[in-house]
Amino acid sequence: MRHLIDPADFTLEETLRLMDLADRIHDDPAAYRDVALRRRLATLFYEPSTRTRLSFEAAMLNLGGQVIGFPDAGVSSAAKGETVADTIRIVSCYADIAAMRHPKEGAPARAARYSGIPVINAGDGGHSHPTQTLLDMMTIRRRKGTLDGLTIGFCGDLKFGRTVHSLIKSLARCEGMRFVLISPEELRVPDYIIEEVLGPRGIPFAEVRSLEQALPELDILYMTRVQRERFFNEEDYVRLKNSYILTAEKMALARPDMAVLHPLPRVNEISLAVDSDPRAAYFEQAHNGVFMRMALIMTLLGLKDPKTGEVAFPC
Amino acid sequence: MLKVDEIQNGVVIDHITAGTGLALYHLLELEKLTGASVALLQNVRSEKAGKKDIIKIEGDVSHLSFDILGYLDPRISITVIENGAIARKVRPAQPKKLVNVIKCTNPRCITAIEEECDHIFLLTPSGRYRCAYCEQEFRVKPQ
Repeated sequence: MRHLIDPADFTLEETLRLMDLADRIHDDPAAYRDVALRRRLATLFYEPSTRTRLSFEAAMLNLGGQVIGFPDAGVSSAAKGETVADTIRIVSCYADIAAMRHPKEGAPARAARYSGIPVINAGDGGHSHPTQTLLDMMTIRRRKGTLDGLTIGFCGDLKFGRTVHSLIKSLARCEGMRFVLISPEELRVPDYIIEEVLGPRGIPFAEVRSLEQALPELDILYMTRVQRERFFNEEDYVRLKNSYILTAEKMALARPDMAVLHPLPRVNEISLAVDSDPRAAYFEQAHNGVFMRMALIMTLLGLKDPKTGEVAFPC
Repeated sequence: MLKVDEIQNGVVIDHITAGTGLALYHLLELEKLTGASVALLQNVRSEKAGKKDIIKIEGDVSHLSFDILGYLDPRISITVIENGAIARKVRPAQPKKLVNVIKCTNPRCITAIEEECDHIFLLTPSGRYRCAYCEQEFRVKPQ
């Protein structure tokens, strides 16, 4: 039995196989509607997250499976003080697989140690959000046709943005990547990303302050929101929240085949006018997320792809 | 420059990250040493790091364990002095995994709220320790 706690839990080859399966589901979802009949997903959401929870639930329902769970900690036994370890042991009796969102970092890893069923990390505080990483990679590959040799810009909150850290770590395993890290000084990417991920692999990167300056060279622009909940100090949040805003005027500086990604929700960092630009890929990302989560549930449950008769990879 | 006499028998803990010497002093419980003289030098000029802290202990240190230094600060060097000469250099051990030896200080980590949750740290390729749950690096905070 395997879990998905961190994107690095899967090798690059496994990740690519998972994306292949997600692509096949994307192209013919009807073929997968009975794959998980009588299987049950538990969505254990200790903090509200409409998008991720509904995406997981839609994924399981699309596979013909069932869903149980809770949408926030207030309506779970956590409110009575139950530990994550105990909760997952109990849930293991009721479901075949679990997706856990928790405000505390490492909670899904804790759950995985005690679980009798596969655990998927659906986001743990500012730490990791591996299914977001997988759907980001899927979207990039669908847009660009490859995951190699790309120049990828990350813009906004690169310090607290867990999606950024996870995606850099995952893409760093691909060939010929180059990163442009666009942020204010206070929100620059943590040193460990440079010292432990980019540096040892000799991956070229640049840290810049100007979005306009970086735009013309990018294949992908990954925008992020400056998140209020990651700041201890409201003053810092207010000062930095409007640091970078992508507008239709700025998009004129970008390549015609660049793609704009965003983990959503956005506040104001992407103008509404950009939504109609064919380079805007952020709603497509959310759509791809359902297919990617279907592929992940199938794979962790060991369910065969009816098209190929095989699992994406053994778990 | 401040001068501290060379020691005859004891140990020199060198290349301590500047500002963390006092924290290490307390972690090693050097204040409890009754049969040894201890000097803590702070912000000493260093070619490598700009500045550093040094701890010199003159006297019997045979009962002290320096293993903790390996996971607190891998750059530290430990030199044992006998009869005024360097007897040996000690390289503190860096176990791959530490369980309930050091605590994760990240208030957002699950270890901060979960009952009876072990504090587990794993050694990274760069010689640092990260919490197995939240991956925050363990650092000695200056006092």
